Amino acid sequence: MEERWSTEHVLSLAPDAASQKAAGKLSAPAPWSGTGTDGTAVWGECKGSGRTPYRTVVELATPAYQCSCPSRKFPCKHALGLLLLWSGTPAAVPAAEPADWAADWLKGRQERAEKRTAPPADPEAARRRAEARGARVAAGAAELRLRLADRIRHGLADQSTAGPWEEVAARMVDAQAPGLATRVRELDTTPQERLLEEYAMLHLLATAATRVDELPPELAATVRARVGYTRDSNEVLAGPTVRDRWLVLGSRTVPMEGGSDERLTTRRVWLRGAKTGRPALLLAFGRPGQAPDLALPTGHLLEAELAYHPGARPLRATLGDRYGAPEAGPAAPPAGLTVAEAVAGYGTAVADDPWLESWPTVLTGVVPVRTPDGWHLTDGHHTVPVRASAVPEAALWRLAAVSTGRPLTVFGEYGHQGFAPVTAWPEGHRPVGLTNS
Amino acid sequence: MTITQDPWESLHTSALLGTDRRPLRAAALPFAEAVDQADPATALLELAALATVRRRAGALPVPAAGPPGPAAPEDARPELPEPAARRLAVLLAGRAGGSGGTLANLAELLPQWLATARARGLRPPAALIPGLLDAARARSELRTDAVALAGPLGRWLAEQNPDWRFVLRTTTQEAAQRPDAPVDHHLWHEGLFAERVTHLTLLRRSDPAAGLELLRSTWPTERAEDRLLFLDALQDGLSPADEPFLEAALGDRSKNVRATAAELLSTLPGSALARRMAERARAAVRLAEAGTHLLVTPPAECDAAMQRDGIAPKSPTGRGERAWWFGEVVAAAPLSLWPESTGLPPEELLALRVGDSLDETSSSWADDLREAWARAAVRQHDADWARALLGPAPVPPTRGAGRARAPRATGAPAKLLAVLPPGERAAWTAAFIEVHGLGEAFQLLGACATPWTPPLSTAVVTALARAAASGAYPWSHSGVLGMTERALAPEAAAAVEELAAGAAPDSAWAETFGRLAGTLRFRAAMLAELAG
Repeated sequence: MEERWSTEHVLSLAPDAASQKAAGKLSAPAPWSGTGTDGTAVWGECKGSGRTPYRTVVELATPAYQCSCPSRKFPCKHALGLLLLWSGTPAAVPAAEPADWAADWLKGRQERAEKRTAPPADPEAARRRAEARGARVAAGAAELRLRLADRIRHGLADQSTAGPWEEVAARMVDAQAPGLATRVRELDTTPQERLLEEYAMLHLLATAATRVDELPPELAATVRARVGYTRDSNEVLAGPTVRDRWLVLGSRTVPMEGGSDERLTTRRVWLRGAKTGRPALLLAFGRPGQAPDLALPTGHLLEAELAYHPGARPLRATLGDRYGAPEAGPAAPPAGLTVAEAVAGYGTAVADDPWLESWPTVLTGVVPVRTPDGWHLTDGHHTVPVRASAVPEAALWRLAAVSTGRPLTVFGEYGHQGFAPVTAWPEGHRPVGLTNS
Repeated sequence: MTITQDPWESLHTSALLGTDRRPLRAAALPFAEAVDQADPATALLELAALATVRRRAGALPVPAAGPPGPAAPEDARPELPEPAARRLAVLLAGRAGGSGGTLANLAELLPQWLATARARGLRPPAALIPGLLDAARARSELRTDAVALAGPLGRWLAEQNPDWRFVLRTTTQEAAQRPDAPVDHHLWHEGLFAERVTHLTLLRRSDPAAGLELLRSTWPTERAEDRLLFLDALQDGLSPADEPFLEAALGDRSKNVRATAAELLSTLPGSALARRMAERARAAVRLAEAGTHLLVTPPAECDAAMQRDGIAPKSPTGRGERAWWFGEVVAAAPLSLWPESTGLPPEELLALRVGDSLDETSSSWADDLREAWARAAVRQHDADWARALLGPAPVPPTRGAGRARAPRATGAPAKLLAVLPPGERAAWTAAFIEVHGLGEAFQLLGACATPWTPPLSTAVVTALARAAASGAYPWSHSGVLGMTERALAPEAAAAVEELAAGAAPDSAWAETFGRLAGTLRFRAAMLAELAG
């Protein structure tokens, strides 16, 4: 039996607030006819201002959307409204066989998915391209090292003679090292007390990038990923995969930082294997006006193959074959750590990957506490500060509310800057996403 | 030489000042041998990276400073049913969604949702409480219900978040009636003005004598504008026990305080003030010997005693002074006076002609007398008089002779209606709407209990259909439409659906009825969830 999604989850799929609002209008049965669901898809016809109603289908597992309306928003308000209706008024979306027009689309989609094949490549050309890029990146990294050392020679306190880092960031983009460019750009806004740390870690990364071929393969992969080499998901999936029942620990959607005027949104989804206990991070991106195409409900279990991107401390993964739609997970919160164990866990991870900012962490039995110097989580023995810059204030109040001042299980990212909560498991309740509005 | 400085400090100092100016004594630092020291700046960066990674990898947990503060008190109320909790999330999100007019219906329904859930004694899920408090912060009319719903958890949160301070100032019946609630008057002594008014009002509802005592304890030190509103709070639970205090307040320094005390006393039919007013009223109106009409002798002056009883010597209305004094006297006199002194019931008294005692053919006092009686009926909550003053449900206005005798719009039929029992209010309003349409029905509808009775609902829907058919613009009825979204009986929803289906496509009325039907469906679903 399929689990109907929560309103919160449906609204989290919306590309923007206006779509949420418009979808709310369409969440009543009135405009809808011919609605139905077969557990893997939901469909219906929505009466709009025109003569013919819009035909809307949502395939639940991905989820994927199809609607005959002309909206450029994706998913459109009709798809979201249909999901809200399905979630809030089950009787209005009865179990049925897909209508013909819905079945056509679903079938076509499946066929397209099966036809997906690896593109043929010219290995020799690819090797030449990789070599050329490697040389360009190494040159860029070498230049960055000189720039950093230069500033240290003149003193961080005297930035008057040095230009902004933006110019160096642009050089890194030219050198095909976008990861370095992003970190360089951040130096302009780094508070002075953390500046030396950031210089030093960036210098270390640049140094590693100049001699990446001498590094152990896992560490070399970590350095390449941080420098900005991306991997095609087919290439990753061609490597080893891990099949498990993955518990969705939480997700967070944020507009991506960056200099471009088009603001992409990034969705992070954290998983943990029920059998392997391994954490994993999936990333999905959405163009402006579109929600990221990957959405997994927190607290659900998904049986699937996952391919980890190689690295000294693998975490980022690509979702491969799935075996069925996500289903509701256990009511009990996932097993977690004490604060002391979490601190030690991050320390171990940093020993593998020195540039690791944080590590996905489930804390057990912690109480959120507001102190004059910000929020903390305490388990009675030890305390961690909340990384306020990474979490909106509203999320922290929501965390405080669901805790009622009592210990609970919280999932988040723990690192040297503190803990950034993502999901809370209130006593006797389904998990609550803290940052989804 | 020995390094007395923290190694990180020496790295940091050199980095700030520059290795050109402040060479780093790298050799004395931990792991110095691990880096190439040919270039001091590069060596500094590499040593700093080492130190950073060491610190991050080797960090020790920080001991807790102490036990966390007290947890929120337990909330014994049953939790909202799951669909109702989802509905609340949608309603709150609708509010947050912005100012666009299309979803105004959600904004209209949130207050009703809150009031219903509160009346059912349900507890919203903790995760929604911050959103609920944010909504109440933005819309103060939601506060009482929202704060009651948020319960002890809301209060606990508000103690930590200055944005939600209003929660602590909003005292709710639920909190005041907790059997274990200590009688704590610190709010009275230290609170803001609004907090003090609320405190006094609630105390009056549960223990009028204690409320009076509390007010009396600080009365002489209160400012005049505060005294006025505190006095007003005595309306709740007003009884003869309050009379001595109110009598004393008739001697207050502030004119407005005196007037309010007089008004309260006039609603206590057994009060000395009411007796004095009855005396004056009796002198001002008498039944002519024939018993066919009433003769009015307005007061000739506003003497010191009348002024002390709250009658302003100067007319604020522009009406002549004697007429003003006359109205004030009759409005403050107990209505029971009239049947007692004439032997006639209100209906017959109202049917009598009214003349001047010096010029019996003048009918100039009829309006003043009627107006004053209407004010008295509202003040004294006298349903018999209110019913008589409103007259039977209205009939179409006829031009000509009968006009002067038709029930006159006194300007306050809505106030008179509010004195009647709910069923009667609805029936009278329905009849009014059948005759006059919706044009002037807004305040009358506002005086009716919600949800409207089925007959009243039918009358409103029929009138809307007539308005649509007559080519009126929907927006000229926007006030009534908004009220209809909140108050229409669920039974009438089907009729609205028919109107929506039957309206000319793409017309303004089709959209209006469509939205109304949608809102009603949403409301029906929402109320069903709360009941289930």
